[in-house]
Amino acid sequence: MKLFADLLDRLVLTSSRNAKLKLLADYFASVPDPDRGLALAAITGDLDIPSFKPAMLRALVMERMDPVLFAYSYDYVGDLAETVSLVWPAREGRVLHNADPSLSEAVAALIEAGRANGPSVFAALLDRLDAPSRFALIKLVTGGLRIGVSARRAKQALADFGQIEVAEIEELWHGIAPPYEALFAWLEKRGEKPVPQAQALFRPVMLSNPVQDGDLEKLDPADYRAEWKWDGIRVQATSEGGVHRLYSRTGDDISGAFPDLLEAMDFSGAIDGELLVGVAGQHTGTFSDLQQRLNRKAVSAKMREKFPVFVRCYDLLQDGHDDLRPLPFLERRSRLEAFVARLPAVRFDLSPFVDFSGWEELDDRRRRPPHPVIEGVMLKRRDSAYVPGRPKGPWFKWKRDPHTVDAVLMYAQRGHGKRSSFYSDYTFGVWTGPEEKPELVPVGKAYFGFTDEELRQIDKFVRDNTVERFGPVRSVRAERGHGLVLEVAFEGLNRSTRHKSGVAMRFPRISRLRWDKPAAEADRLETLQALLDG
Amino acid sequence: MRPSDLLQPRPQGLYCPPGDFFIDPVKPVGRALITHGHADHARAGHGTVMATRETLEIMAIRYGEGFAGSRQEARLGERVAVNGVEVSFHPAGHVLGSAQIRVAQGGRCIVASGDYKRRRDPTCLGFEPIACDVFITEATFGLPVFRHPDDAGEIARLLASLGQFPERTHLVGAYSLGKAQRVIRLLRDAGYAETIYIHGALEKLCAYYESQGIALGPLAPATIDNGGKAAFAGKIVVGPPSAFADRWARRFSDPVSAFASGWMRIRQRAKQRGVELPLILSDHSDWDELVATIADTGASEVWVTHGREEALVRWCEINGIAARPLHLVGYEDEGD
Repeated sequence: MKLFADLLDRLVLTSSRNAKLKLLADYFASVPDPDRGLALAAITGDLDIPSFKPAMLRALVMERMDPVLFAYSYDYVGDLAETVSLVWPAREGRVLHNADPSLSEAVAALIEAGRANGPSVFAALLDRLDAPSRFALIKLVTGGLRIGVSARRAKQALADFGQIEVAEIEELWHGIAPPYEALFAWLEKRGEKPVPQAQALFRPVMLSNPVQDGDLEKLDPADYRAEWKWDGIRVQATSEGGVHRLYSRTGDDISGAFPDLLEAMDFSGAIDGELLVGVAGQHTGTFSDLQQRLNRKAVSAKMREKFPVFVRCYDLLQDGHDDLRPLPFLERRSRLEAFVARLPAVRFDLSPFVDFSGWEELDDRRRRPPHPVIEGVMLKRRDSAYVPGRPKGPWFKWKRDPHTVDAVLMYAQRGHGKRSSFYSDYTFGVWTGPEEKPELVPVGKAYFGFTDEELRQIDKFVRDNTVERFGPVRSVRAERGHGLVLEVAFEGLNRSTRHKSGVAMRFPRISRLRWDKPAAEADRLETLQALLDG
Repeated sequence: MRPSDLLQPRPQGLYCPPGDFFIDPVKPVGRALITHGHADHARAGHGTVMATRETLEIMAIRYGEGFAGSRQEARLGERVAVNGVEVSFHPAGHVLGSAQIRVAQGGRCIVASGDYKRRRDPTCLGFEPIACDVFITEATFGLPVFRHPDDAGEIARLLASLGQFPERTHLVGAYSLGKAQRVIRLLRDAGYAETIYIHGALEKLCAYYESQGIALGPLAPATIDNGGKAAFAGKIVVGPPSAFADRWARRFSDPVSAFASGWMRIRQRAKQRGVELPLILSDHSDWDELVATIADTGASEVWVTHGREEALVRWCEINGIAARPLHLVGYEDEGD
């Protein structure tokens, strides 16, 4: 348990992507089966373990200590799981090394205990653990590790550990189960690649590269077809032997949130497409609307009615028994057209081609898309096979130019790792309220887009203009007559009830420092609101 | 005589009316008895300072030779009369030279703990419980959530990280008196023999510890002239925590920021400070040590000061010991 607890503690405080991957890969390399597989499942959310309610946890600790002392402690720490892990009356140092139960022993004990004995078995486990391990166990049974590691990241770490492509892991993932002993054996070159047992598995997704300066000059427009790039989420709808699954582009199974779509998946094949809100062929809703349906475990009938979803189909990977992925794009496309024609028309439609004869014409169409939910165009080479990953050449995305807004720097927070001595995370705001007495309201936060030199300049500005400090955060002078204007680029805007401004930016980044621009001339909130309504 | 006639809180600090002296006064006074050299306990500008030899020398290093009108060295365990009040100093185990102060008159005795810890520390003498009627205890970590793990385990985590990320500089934040030297000494005890780089603020105090027979092994200033950015890759650099938020820290390659402090027990504290590797190493007693010490002194009354008084007072209530918070002002936790 100690090693697992150590891993969680390191991950939660580590911000660098590479360092996280290293911590995970080292853990996989040093911990034996079945513990490492259970840890992996805990991180990816695939561990099936009895869950306990916070009230039960509180009741257990109350049997063991003075309620007043507990109240002081909880009040100070603020997090129930952490408080209980720290105050649990087992003297530090008294825990012997050989008493430390393994993760698998703990999981097995809890599963075997069942509902009635659960609490006492759980308490007996806590008695044998040190504080970090108690915290880890409590997090496991109360649900949600919240360690800042996605399932995708964990799979990448596995790929690093086995020195293979992550697509191979993604392809297997839904056909294998904890503690993944065969998977580890294969990654350690001790065994054969596991053969997934389940049906309707995920097929690793093909991704595109952004069009960069000079890319198109080298290409012949006649070799490519174009489609609109829709602003939803990329999904894979797979159906096989009566098993229906909807996957995100990273291979997370998101079927549970979309029962309405799953009912309509009465086919045998695998479709690559865009999940959108609306009614296929009739109405396409915004990404804001789609967000109402994302990241939910269950979805109400009302929600399904108000925000119905459909798939706009891009590609066909599997048609009955035929794996179409090696075929050229245009061949797959004609199979897709025939396939979609047989599906319920309100749930599936085709992504239309955008005709063009040269790059200039396409550029023009890209800049003036016919629908607000289009974020650019996709270019696909006519003969491209469907290959996992992001190969350079066959597919490109050519996004429409980002929106920009001139905002005023309000708060700066110290960065992590390499940037720990820099104020590198910026909260910026725009003006709102009466013209004669406007106030700044925060509209977003960005921590990239600038060069190292610009970072140094902003850092100096922050240090020279600090008004107040709150731990790692400084508020900086931001008045009409004095402030730093940042040009912020962003991809889109969502309505937000969580932010005072009522808007939330998608993918904001600093595009330019406007040292030249007086703070009073930064944009007003109305400018952003207009974008929201438009 | 009531105990509060012998020692009582005043705005300047804890005052002894019959002896006319203060313990750890926060403002300049005529006669001060000082428990240890941390800046919130040991201030410059008093008339006479009575303290252990080490504390007097540390004050001279920090404030200059003229830090007080005159000095009086207190030898550990020796009972001295100060204006008719019997005074003695006893090891507190907090930092080098730290002492508890026992004050007695008319058959009544009070021990002011200053800051203290109970576990073994290779850089200072261990705490000795002193029997008394009233025990004045610190309460920096006076909550049941603070239970410090074993020192060696924390140092082992630092060394494990160094092995795991050999290309990254490991910056260890540690206050310059006591904690820094203890971290270095613990690293040596764990077998780490390489040069440890130190921030300029640590130099004099590290040299002083060395002169007192606490071997710290090879140390070098963490300056750029020592070979540029790459030179610090995979090295341990120790400095005051404030320096890590400062531009000073930019000279290091992709640093892992570690912080040696009892506060690191609380995850949110580590997160807020951007600490990647929290090391729970404290110069103060944890909850279990605080309550054990109260029992060890056999005191029938406990006064609780600087820290989280309410929880310790509650514990005393439950255990039938008279207790009250002593609201002294001006003490921060420099030592942790």
